[in-house]
Amino acid sequence: MSAIVTARNLSKRYKNATALDNVNFEIQSGRIVGLIGPNGAGKTTALKAILGLTSFDGELSVLGYDPRTQRDKLMEQVCFIADVAVLPRWIRVREAIDFVAHVHPRFDRAKCEGFLKRTKLTPDQRVRQMSKGMIVQLHLALVMAIDARLLVLDEPTLGLDILYRKQFYQSLLEDYFDENKTIIVTTHQVEEIEHILTDLMFIRDGKIVLDTDMEAVGDRFAEVMVNADKAAAARALQPLDERQVFGKSIFLFDGADRATLEALGEIRRPSVSDLFVATMKGTYA
Amino acid sequence: MNTLAGNKFYWLVKREFWEHRGGFLWAPLITGAVFLVLNLMGIITAEVVGARHGIHFGASGEMQHVISQMDAGDMSQVGMALDIAMYSSMALIFVVMGFVVFFYCLGAIYDERRDRSILFWKSLPLSDSETVISKVASATLVAPVIATLAGIAAGILQLLMVAVTLSFHGVNVWQLLLLAHPLRVAFNMIGHIPLYLLWALPSVGWLMACSAWARTKPFLWAIALPVATGLLVTWFGIMGLFNLSAGWFWQNVVARALFSAFPGASLIADDDLVHTGKNNLDFMNLSNTYHLLGSANLWIGVLFGAALIAVAIWFRRWRDDG
Repeated sequence: MSAIVTARNLSKRYKNATALDNVNFEIQSGRIVGLIGPNGAGKTTALKAILGLTSFDGELSVLGYDPRTQRDKLMEQVCFIADVAVLPRWIRVREAIDFVAHVHPRFDRAKCEGFLKRTKLTPDQRVRQMSKGMIVQLHLALVMAIDARLLVLDEPTLGLDILYRKQFYQSLLEDYFDENKTIIVTTHQVEEIEHILTDLMFIRDGKIVLDTDMEAVGDRFAEVMVNADKAAAARALQPLDERQVFGKSIFLFDGADRATLEALGEIRRPSVSDLFVATMKGTYA
Repeated sequence: MNTLAGNKFYWLVKREFWEHRGGFLWAPLITGAVFLVLNLMGIITAEVVGARHGIHFGASGEMQHVISQMDAGDMSQVGMALDIAMYSSMALIFVVMGFVVFFYCLGAIYDERRDRSILFWKSLPLSDSETVISKVASATLVAPVIATLAGIAAGILQLLMVAVTLSFHGVNVWQLLLLAHPLRVAFNMIGHIPLYLLWALPSVGWLMACSAWARTKPFLWAIALPVATGLLVTWFGIMGLFNLSAGWFWQNVVARALFSAFPGASLIADDDLVHTGKNNLDFMNLSNTYHLLGSANLWIGVLFGAALIAVAIWFRRWRDDG
């Protein structure tokens, strides 16, 4: 496996805040990485650094390029959807396809037109006449027709209804993703992408607080439903989090011994959102 | 690789044209059409009023008689009058084009940041220099070429309109048209485009640098900075240090930064031009307009323009609105 993105002591300071604080991470080829954190944690800054959209301190290599100085070359192999509705409002579907087809060496026009056939978009339609969901359909069709090695998605489904959101990730998985491609995605709708992620990265206050693959999540973290009589014993094992449901307590443990936990109650694999909430406790306090 | 780069550039310019079709194409065409219609209405009104008052100007062929009596000097005056009619129909189109280019440059980089579409353009393998230079080419080549062609078409129609009207008064249309120089006029206008490009660069560069740099209100910054500098220079007599008047600063810095993208600005700025050929249109000939190539004013402007364009490229690359 080769690293697509390698960050060493990556830092970014704005005038009155530190967005990234000596961050180190590696992203391997063929993975779908969820970069998850509360608002203002530095997610977007990290993505911007990877895409060469902002300056930073430290070392960062993306596909072997330095995004600060080799951005033009890098962008032939990297694609991103920064946000919904960044397509220019005046452009028509046909113009957008024409333009990308002529400036992007790795764009497959037939593929793009195939994707668009499944939507209600017509060639003469302008972006300003589309709903948010339709804009994303167009953007996704353009991006998926590009044979890029790295795709970066920053809140790609924000403000979309659930039909568009489901369709978005389904298309990505079925029609785009393969072992030669890597996807980095940030979103607040963790539950919706949980099952497609292969890797998980939590970021908080400019630091990576969790960097693991999804299989390891099940091994390392455990959620145990404990009856009231055993709650004190569970608390003694220093759980990450505790919450009450129907008179029982649910504890979240990091790296606790399985056998000990089984004695306390029923063990489950925690959901990413529960893990997230537990990890980010006190962020806004 | 080279053809791909050239192809990319063509599509970048085409993209600008798509977005600004209204300013680049329709504005000159509509201006020309409105000008011609107004002229036509004027001519019809004059004819109607004339007829009602029993004035039959030249109806019995005196007009033709007058022309046949003219000597070569008078003939050239008639030709010049017709040429002026042609230039005048272009003038309005070029004024409109000046405004179009001015506001195009101001918005060229600012607007894509404001509506965040810059993030889409930056997701494609297009360098910032290619992109900004395609915008410069749109302002200094695409806009003037279209305006010039529209102007020439309007000018020729205007000329025909005048000639046909006169023919109703017994003047031989063809003889009249031979006195005008539509080809020379057209040639002068087309030939002027490269000179326009060079002269407009400092203005285009300044406006685009503001467009790339300003977080808000690029228009205000673009106007306020040079004007405020001009006022300071005037109040404190700073130019006195260089043995120059404050007027020099206004004319060579402020005006060059703001108004050089208006077609014809170079004609006004060229002192020699105004003094030669006062009483004919020869000053519009390329042999006269192009002696500006020998002036420091032009080339210093080109240098500043190129530097400002580099500034615009740098800001487009690194401006981070958070």
